[in-house]
Order: sequence, then structure tokens, then C-alpha cells
Amino acid sequence: MLGAAVGVFGVAFGVLATTSGLSVAQACAMSVLVFTGASQFLAVRVVADGGVPAAAIAGALLLAARNGVYGMAMSRVVRGSHGRRMIAAQLVIDESTAMAAAQDDPAARERAFWATGLAVFVFWNAGTIAGAVLGRGIGDPAALGLDAAFPAGFVALLLPHLRTRPGRVAAGIGGTAALALVPFVPAGVPILVASLATLVGLRRPT
Amino acid sequence: MSWTTILLVAAGAYGFKALGLLGLGDRKLPAAAERVLALVPAALLAALVAVDTFSAGRSLVLDARAAGVAAGGTAALLRAPFPVVVAVAALVAAGIRQLVG
Repeated sequence: MLGAAVGVFGVAFGVLATTSGLSVAQACAMSVLVFTGASQFLAVRVVADGGVPAAAIAGALLLAARNGVYGMAMSRVVRGSHGRRMIAAQLVIDESTAMAAAQDDPAARERAFWATGLAVFVFWNAGTIAGAVLGRGIGDPAALGLDAAFPAGFVALLLPHLRTRPGRVAAGIGGTAALALVPFVPAGVPILVASLATLVGLRRPT
Repeated sequence: MSWTTILLVAAGAYGFKALGLLGLGDRKLPAAAERVLALVPAALLAALVAVDTFSAGRSLVLDARAAGVAAGGTAALLRAPFPVVVAVAALVAAGIRQLVG
């Protein structure tokens, strides 16, 4: 179930990547080596919009920082040799952390971490290959409406983050600030400046 | 996108994961830092949606994309599955271009 959903997102990433100018090999390399979806989508979009590489890298890494927090939570869950833990680190993502945290005993947590992480890795990469090859065959993405499909897909990813009030405020400020800056700064920079909207999180929840 | 960009993103992304899992170990960040980090996807995804929908280069524009994203976003609000959201947005935008263009 989770695997199928991840596979669909993988296909979407592959199509986005190759219709945004990446080669099939580059799309696949990103899914294997970066392996954190939101960062991959953001980096590809920023570059496709004409943004400087530094903006793409900085934006992608801002999104990747939360995996560091997940890693701290998983440091007690994943046991074994240093080499095994170094492999496990690549699998520290939203899904594996959430599934591991949902288990009751330590052994089940570690099993859930590896099973979820490996399943997502396989489906994400299989989807990316399929989507990248598919995207290569698309001549004009705009004629198919793909330039509207991608932001709509990001809306679907955004909605769960709007359930809390700070989430809605950060999204509102981030989206508005980014648009307001578009005419005045190089592409990619508006999205980075929007990240300052996360500072509303400094306020204590009431 | 250049291979250098891809490899730098990959190295940084792995660096965060490994820093948490292997470096920092099981400790808590200050609560305010966790709240700020939790808001990163909301702020950045909203900015990405806004820029991808309403801009072309350095100009703000209102075109078929806005209608497509509104239709897809409505489908998402109605809990339509991801492939439906994407297909609705694409169909509406492409349809408007057919009619107008």
C-alpha cells in the first residue's frame, strides 16, 4: 500500500526531472543518492525555473535538515556494526521513522525501520526509472498541462502541513513572500527567503 | 542540472541523516528548533506552488496553469488520490490552452 503510493511519487519525480532537463541517469542518481523526495522535487524545480545552483542546493538541504532530527530519534532503534548503521542512515526518511516510531518494542521498531526504508527505496527508485524514461518521450510538457500538474501535485503534498495553525501561517507567509520577490531577485532566491517564514515556529504554542 | 549540483545535494542530504543517526545520537533539540524545522515543508512547498503557478521567469503571470492548479488543488482538498489530482490539473490546463490558443 505504502509502496504503491511511493512508486507513484517516484514516477512523478522521474517525469518532472527529465521534462525539466535532467538526463535519465541524473534522475536515477538523485533518487538513489539523495533519496529524500521533497528535496529532490525542489532542487529540480529551482534549476528548471532558471535558479542558480546554489539556491537549488540550499533549498534542498533546508528540506533535508529534518532527516537529521529523524536520525537522532532512530539512533537508538538501529543497532549493529558501524557499517550497518552507515547504510541505515541513507534510509532515515519520513516513512521509515514514522513506521518505526509506531511500534511498541525495540525489536519491532528496528524491523519496521529496515522493512519500510528498504521498501520505499525500491519503489521510489523503480518509479523514478519508469517516470524518467516516460518523461523522455514527452515533447512539450506544457501542451499536456504538466506545468500545472506539478504545482498541483505539490499542493497535495502541502495539505497535510496545513492542519496546524503555525503550518498555515508559515505557508501563507512563505507563498506570499516568494511571489512578491519574483520580479526583484534571481530565480530560486524567493523560495529560499520564504524559508524565513518558519521562524513563526519560535513562538510558543498557546 | 549539473552533476556537481546533484552530488552536493546528495552529500548534504546524507550528511544530515548520518549526523543525526551516527553523530548526535539520541538527544533532544530545543523545542523551538524542532518547531521551526517542522515548518520547513509548509513554507517551502507553499513558496514552490506559488512560484510554479504564477511566475514565468521574473514576471508574475496569470495563465492556464492557475486554473489547472485550482482544479487539482480542489481535488486534493476533496481527498482525491495523488494521480487524480495531477491528472485533473493537467487536463484543465491543457484544455484551456486548446480552447484559447
